[in-house]
Amino acid sequence: MARHHHRLTHAVRRPAALLALALLPVLVLGVFFLLPVSGMVARGFWVEGDFVPGGVVEVLTRPRTGRVVWFTVWSAGTATVVSVVLGLPAAYALHRLDFPLRRLVRAGLLVPFVLPTVVVGVAFLELLGESGPLGFLGFDGTPVAIIAGLVFFNAAVVIRAVGASWESLDSRPAEAAAALGATPLQVFRTVTLPSLRPAIVSAASVVFLFCATSFGVVLTLGGTEYSSVETEIYLLTTDLLDLPAAAALSIIQLLAVVALLAVAARLRASADPSVTRVPARPRRPARADLPQLVMTGLLLLLVAAPIVTLVLGSLRVGDGWGLANYRALDSTGSQQALVVPVTEALATSLRTAVDATWISLTLGLLVALAVTRRSRSRAERSVRTVLDGFFMLPLGVSAATLGFGFLITLDRPPVDLRDSALLVPIAQALVALPLVVRTLVPVLDGIDDRQRQAAASLGAGPLRTLLTVDVPVLWKPLLAASGFAFAASLGEFGATAFLARDESATLPVVIFRLIGHPGAMNYGMALAASVVLAVTTAVVMFAVERLRVPSLGAL
Amino acid sequence: MSLSLTGVSVDYDGVPAVVDVDLGLPAGQVLAVLGPSGSGKSTLLRAVAGLEPARGTIAWAGQDLAGTPTHKRGFALMFQDGQLFPHLTVARNVGYALRLRRAPDTERRVTELLELVGLSGYGDRLPSTLSGGERQRVALARSLAVEPRLLLLDEPLSALDAGLRERLAGELRDILVAAGTTALMVTHDHDEAYTVADRLAVMRAGRLVQSGAIDEVWAAPADPETALFLGYARVLEGTAADRVLAAAGLRAASAVAVRRSALTVDVSEGSAGPEALRGVVLSARVTPDQVRLVVDVEGVGELDAVASVNTHPAPGEPVRLTVDPSRLATIR
Amino acid sequence: MKSSFVLLACALAATSCSVIGGGDDQESAAEAGGQVVLVTHESFALPDEVVAAFEEESGYELVIRASGDAGTLTNKLVLTADNPTGDVAFGVDNTFASRALEAGVFDGHEFDLPAGAGDFALAGDDEHALTPVDNGNVCVNVDDPWFTAEGLAPPQTFADLADPAYEGLFVLPSAVTSSVGLAFLLATIDEFGDAWPDYWADLVDNGAKLTSGWSEAYQGDFTQGGGKGDRPIVLSYDSSPAFTVDGKGGSTTSALLDTCFQQVEYAGVLAGADNPEGAEALVEFLVGPEVQSALPESMYVFPVVEGTPLPEEWATFAVQPTDPHEVDPAEVAANRDDWLSEWRDITTG
Repeated sequence: MARHHHRLTHAVRRPAALLALALLPVLVLGVFFLLPVSGMVARGFWVEGDFVPGGVVEVLTRPRTGRVVWFTVWSAGTATVVSVVLGLPAAYALHRLDFPLRRLVRAGLLVPFVLPTVVVGVAFLELLGESGPLGFLGFDGTPVAIIAGLVFFNAAVVIRAVGASWESLDSRPAEAAAALGATPLQVFRTVTLPSLRPAIVSAASVVFLFCATSFGVVLTLGGTEYSSVETEIYLLTTDLLDLPAAAALSIIQLLAVVALLAVAARLRASADPSVTRVPARPRRPARADLPQLVMTGLLLLLVAAPIVTLVLGSLRVGDGWGLANYRALDSTGSQQALVVPVTEALATSLRTAVDATWISLTLGLLVALAVTRRSRSRAERSVRTVLDGFFMLPLGVSAATLGFGFLITLDRPPVDLRDSALLVPIAQALVALPLVVRTLVPVLDGIDDRQRQAAASLGAGPLRTLLTVDVPVLWKPLLAASGFAFAASLGEFGATAFLARDESATLPVVIFRLIGHPGAMNYGMALAASVVLAVTTAVVMFAVERLRVPSLGAL
Repeated sequence: MSLSLTGVSVDYDGVPAVVDVDLGLPAGQVLAVLGPSGSGKSTLLRAVAGLEPARGTIAWAGQDLAGTPTHKRGFALMFQDGQLFPHLTVARNVGYALRLRRAPDTERRVTELLELVGLSGYGDRLPSTLSGGERQRVALARSLAVEPRLLLLDEPLSALDAGLRERLAGELRDILVAAGTTALMVTHDHDEAYTVADRLAVMRAGRLVQSGAIDEVWAAPADPETALFLGYARVLEGTAADRVLAAAGLRAASAVAVRRSALTVDVSEGSAGPEALRGVVLSARVTPDQVRLVVDVEGVGELDAVASVNTHPAPGEPVRLTVDPSRLATIR
Repeated sequence: MKSSFVLLACALAATSCSVIGGGDDQESAAEAGGQVVLVTHESFALPDEVVAAFEEESGYELVIRASGDAGTLTNKLVLTADNPTGDVAFGVDNTFASRALEAGVFDGHEFDLPAGAGDFALAGDDEHALTPVDNGNVCVNVDDPWFTAEGLAPPQTFADLADPAYEGLFVLPSAVTSSVGLAFLLATIDEFGDAWPDYWADLVDNGAKLTSGWSEAYQGDFTQGGGKGDRPIVLSYDSSPAFTVDGKGGSTTSALLDTCFQQVEYAGVLAGADNPEGAEALVEFLVGPEVQSALPESMYVFPVVEGTPLPEEWATFAVQPTDPHEVDPAEVAANRDDWLSEWRDITTG
């Protein structure tokens, strides 16, 4: 009897502890993600109370659906390959070599990642448009423009993830190979590349995810000729109100995201944990590094060109140059394009980002803790893996689906929240959550569990153990994660545009409005506001960079 | 008995790691749990610490610890690699548990402990600046700081190199005795067990094979495998056992465990009795202390033997061997 | 410790500088007469003094929830028809109105429309569920100085746009992604009837460029837009020329009045509104003189009430067509999906 009891308490206590940790995040994600999304999908299956799955099935057989899925796959695939090809040399140059302004360049390369797509779209149009400096290339409105835009946004992910891995790669195996007569290229192919493979593949899978679910880039740069699954869902939902079709595509997208996450998780797990991580000291570039530096320069050009275009555009006043667009930021634009001045929108953005940051940090920390505790059984391990993936799902759902879902599912007590001021920060927090979790999990994973056991055996309770063992290691990554969350929240547009009320519009929403109104002043102000947003983001990212956390790493 | 285990079993994902272990440890004694890797000895230790869910009863002073979490058991656990908190100085590591309890006079106590482990003046250093041996000493001091009712040592010396391990084992024994600590140590090294412990428990494949006072276990291994694991060189059975036991003047048994040094080349003049062992040297290797031989003994087969350094018989040479009965253990 | 300082700063930020810390909701809910919640699209804007005038006159507090475009707004209303997110909706236009009426989004109202507004009432809306508030026309705009410099006469008609003389000069937003683009498609359907696909094939052959939205077309590609593009013909509004006044007494752009499609925006009391009286008051206020005269400068649209004064630049440069194109809303509702998918097939080749 006593034996049995003992076993029972243990059997129950561990999953209970896991559940307690994960309860709040699961609840939040359940209410603010699962409920709205399933509500919208259900609307596609049920027509006036009757279950009619035929509509959804019919959509799957439309040739257009096939074209959309195919375009999504190949454009995202190509953009991923290009991002990796351009990102690898840059990862090497920025993480293994030491040259002036290295860290500034690294921070700068991250800026696109959080710029609102509408701004980038306009910048690319200025650049690639028929009258732009690169107009002669004829890329405007072609898939090339879309892929360039996607690479612009995502190269930083490759640089981050692979760079972090490269930075801490033990250089001795490579030296051993060289001593055995391998040329530098052979060393790279036979030693370095295999060690980097998990990081590369996992970065690539994430980039693919970002590309395949990208909305603004495809819509803005692709003109109307090209539709991805994400833009198609948007159009079907907001314009045609064809909910069965939207539901069908949402399901396809979710399934694809789940599959991709499973692959990423497997690749992550297969990385040899016994690989020695010895942070190598960056060295001065040598002549042999020239190709990598040139490639890095190219990438920098790709990233800088649209940003420079933005800055120049924001300084253009009439036929001359000046700061008038910036001075106008405290007005509501010409002909009152705005309800609130840009400066106030910036304040709103910052306040919202503060909320989104602490929400995503709290949730992310709990998730990371729950996911990284040592598992005692295979079943427990599976639960943790599923949990880990569960919180990545917001990456794979259209903002339109989520936004409409909020309206139709959060409308009655106990979750009568659709008018709550918290909705925007929560939506942004969900978007930032994967970044936070992915920043914290590798760090927590790296902590030897016996440290916690040692503390416990010395008499430290669970909280005290956390303070002694986890917090000292965690506070830097936590700060870094808050930087990412903050920046991601600053730049979030899709969900915010849907949920934000006019008097509490954020900066990206205001920029979108400015650019949507005629008048040279409004356009100039939109560019100026974009530059302000970019600078704010860059400052936050630079602060993160100062912390030197190998982040966005094991995504 | 201060610590008593009754019918303790631990499973990993349905695979048994510890099976039905009964074990007791009186206060003030040091018990070494000896076993090869994978024998379940570390799991048993972790179960005692409350880090693994176990069936059966783990009790201290008659009180079942089932509902008591690790940090309330008052057992300190010292790991193979110390597991010092890297961001805390040596002194703060050692004083960690004292501060948790808001013990008075922490500083003095830390100084004492550092002195005890021979690290006076190391208080302000960070763990990363210490050698492996120094780190283990700090870990020991940290574990001893709150005078735990039971000290759990998980292979405390095995991460160290051979010479240091030998020296530290002796020091560890002295420190534990000086502090009067009750300790449960897990090791795969029998020499370490002999040096540090009063009592010995041998585990194999999750089961407790034998336990008792060190000399008792030593004198009567439970079975051939245990004998080999305890450091006996060979186990002989049947007629071979009979021949050796007869030569030693002992009663016949089903098997006998023989240490390398049990057989010595007899260089004395004069005839030996009929039960004396004779054989031909197969190989000889000189060490600083003695010559190690392998001898093909008539009626027994290959046996290890030693000779004094100045004799060094060559391979092929016939030798006569004497048997030291104290270096044999009969197995029933 | 630097770390604790940063943490402290974060904690402070979380409590005092956050949206939640701000707590503006509590203070506003405590007004005397209760709230009227207006659900509208992101282009909605009224001067503060007009909003204040409404609150003064009616005793209600006006809460404005604006997001998305007209299509998004309509779909939002349809999806939440059984539990609306407000009391009044403004911004459903004549291309989307049928969808909203079919879903029973609006309740009828009783008051009499001011003079002139009745002309814009939605055909088939017998219960007066929708009150016309403003109107505007989607028209092709041209860059006059550009044509003068090129020595080319600006185009006038739909047919001109497909004329090789104007090859590669026209940029317009897509009918699928933009309500402006849809309006132009409807205008061509009104003009050409069943032959509209042929016209569009010609238009595409003549190098018309499609963008996803109005901003990309006007700001990005139009020669008079912010981005200084290189196409002098763009699809925009009849009011747009009022925004390109050159300071020398003229405007650099003008609208082609034969290419216009009339858009009318409606307001209505939402079925199931919490505050139907307040809602009715707000709808009535929207066709009152304060709002009507503020419309041009706030939302770039024309008032529906006769005799409402227009701003000076509007009176001069924003010329309204006398007989804009129209398509019966019921027909739009019935054929929208088919038209759009056929249009998509033509334009994507």
